[in-house]
Amino acid sequence: MKQRSYLALEGISVTFPTPKGPFTALRDIDLSIEKGEFVALIGHSGCGKSTLLNVIAGLTKASRGVVFLDGEVIDRPGPDRAVIFQDHSLLPWLTVEENVRLAVDQTLKGSRAERKDWVRHNLELVHMGHALAKRPAELSGGMKQRVGIARAIAMSPRVLLMDEPFGALDALTRASLQDAVMEIQAKLQNTVVMITHDVDEAVLLADRVVMMTNGPAATIGEDLRIAMPRPRNRIDVAETHDYTHARAEVLHFLHQRFSNPVDQAA
Amino acid sequence: MFSTANAVATHSHTPDMTEAEDSAAVVALPPPAVTLVAPSEEVPVRPLARITEVARNLAATILPTLAVLVALLTLWQFACSDPGSSLPGPYKIWVESHDVIMHPLKGVTFHGLLPSVEDGDVGIAVHILTSLKRVAIGFGLAAFCGIALGVLIGQSRLAYRALDPLFQVLRTVPPLAWLPISLAVFQQAQPSAIFLIFITAIWPVVLNTAAGVQAIPPTYRNVGKVLALNPLQFFAKIMLPATVPHMFTGLRIGVGMSWLAIVAAEMVQGGTGIGFFIWDSYNSSLLTDTIVALVWIGLVGFALDRIVGWIGRRVARQA
Repeated sequence: MKQRSYLALEGISVTFPTPKGPFTALRDIDLSIEKGEFVALIGHSGCGKSTLLNVIAGLTKASRGVVFLDGEVIDRPGPDRAVIFQDHSLLPWLTVEENVRLAVDQTLKGSRAERKDWVRHNLELVHMGHALAKRPAELSGGMKQRVGIARAIAMSPRVLLMDEPFGALDALTRASLQDAVMEIQAKLQNTVVMITHDVDEAVLLADRVVMMTNGPAATIGEDLRIAMPRPRNRIDVAETHDYTHARAEVLHFLHQRFSNPVDQAA
Repeated sequence: MFSTANAVATHSHTPDMTEAEDSAAVVALPPPAVTLVAPSEEVPVRPLARITEVARNLAATILPTLAVLVALLTLWQFACSDPGSSLPGPYKIWVESHDVIMHPLKGVTFHGLLPSVEDGDVGIAVHILTSLKRVAIGFGLAAFCGIALGVLIGQSRLAYRALDPLFQVLRTVPPLAWLPISLAVFQQAQPSAIFLIFITAIWPVVLNTAAGVQAIPPTYRNVGKVLALNPLQFFAKIMLPATVPHMFTGLRIGVGMSWLAIVAAEMVQGGTGIGFFIWDSYNSSLLTDTIVALVWIGLVGFALDRIVGWIGRRVARQA
């Protein structure tokens, strides 16, 4: 029997009931992700990327198919699969430290002092150690998302799920957060699934770019391995053949083979 | 400051306009020197300036109200100055109800800080306190049960479908309509008055809490799920802080309504309380006393509203 991967999606289909009858969002998705792998899921909006991430998170139940994590079946949300939400989802009534603290208290057994140190350590990792006592409303969008990242990695999750984490940020802030993610990933070697619709982001950050076809009944269209060595520097990498080739391949998939359904309709 | 200095400079310069242009450059220098000195001079002046500023703001908010009040009282006095007038004017109230106005704590003796109330004829503040005690119990119960019910129907769609129509109907029943039922069930004045307050105040609390719970952003719920918070933790860490503003909107409306209800309840069932005081003074043809009581009710109701609003803001900031 074939050895199952660390994170394995087997025959995942998701169907939602609607007033007009059942709507199939995802169909027959098989995806195997090894431990420590960074996978980017890319596709046009409405292709069900977020639904797929929610299935892994346990927030959405698959109509058919099973998700295995380290050999165990996933059927509910849990702190072993931390999610970084697009809108950061920090609780506005808590300070930066308390937001991360809430997650740490749920996941880390240990003395008060140990948990406090762990909170601070993770906020230092995202360079937010200076804002412990601030409330989310006092932070810029990029800083909020840094705290969101700290909250997720502080849970020491088995899988880190990112739902278009930088989609709401401007291009420069996005670049600096991408660098932060690469820096953290080099240290922690998390298993990551990241949703994005930014081709450069996918190619720069990921070990594999998984491209999804357009919905309804979306599935995986292509699975491209990005073999560029790490650490990757966005300026140096941009001129390499590997980068331009991978980028071209993803662009071709997104704009020729499966172009935006809205454009097609027009 | 700068413009004044400038003006002075120009002014002092006007007489000898015949001087050469280059001297104008020399004269132009003083203004910066003046502005440099100015801040150090201004610092000790500032506290005073702030006091005048505060006083001015206070006057700006209070004076219009005061003016209207004086105008209304004058108008009232003129309209009801006829000795045969059925409504007493302000002056008549002051004269005839002097005792009620000036001795609100009649019948209360202080032993140190502990007050003891005599039976029988007591001052208006004592009646108000009795009413406030009833409101505290009835409103406290309504707040507790209202928040619990609001969370239930906000959280469970089934409970919402089952209970919301019922609540929508019940909340339109006026407090006085509950009175016969309340009296029949409880037989006594005290519990039935408290029930009346409870049943009046609970609906805005229930409905606003429910709306608040339903308005919790789905992402906060997802955070709770991903962190695997148990229901109790979810309630304390996410639902309660997210709902506090809605909750206090309900509590604020509720406390106002319970103050309305207490007067109605006590008017019908005798004994003590501000409602009884009104009814009693009406029956004794002491209309001036009734008017004094109205003023008290209005001021206390206003204070209750402000207190709950203030607590709400404090809690929202803490949460």
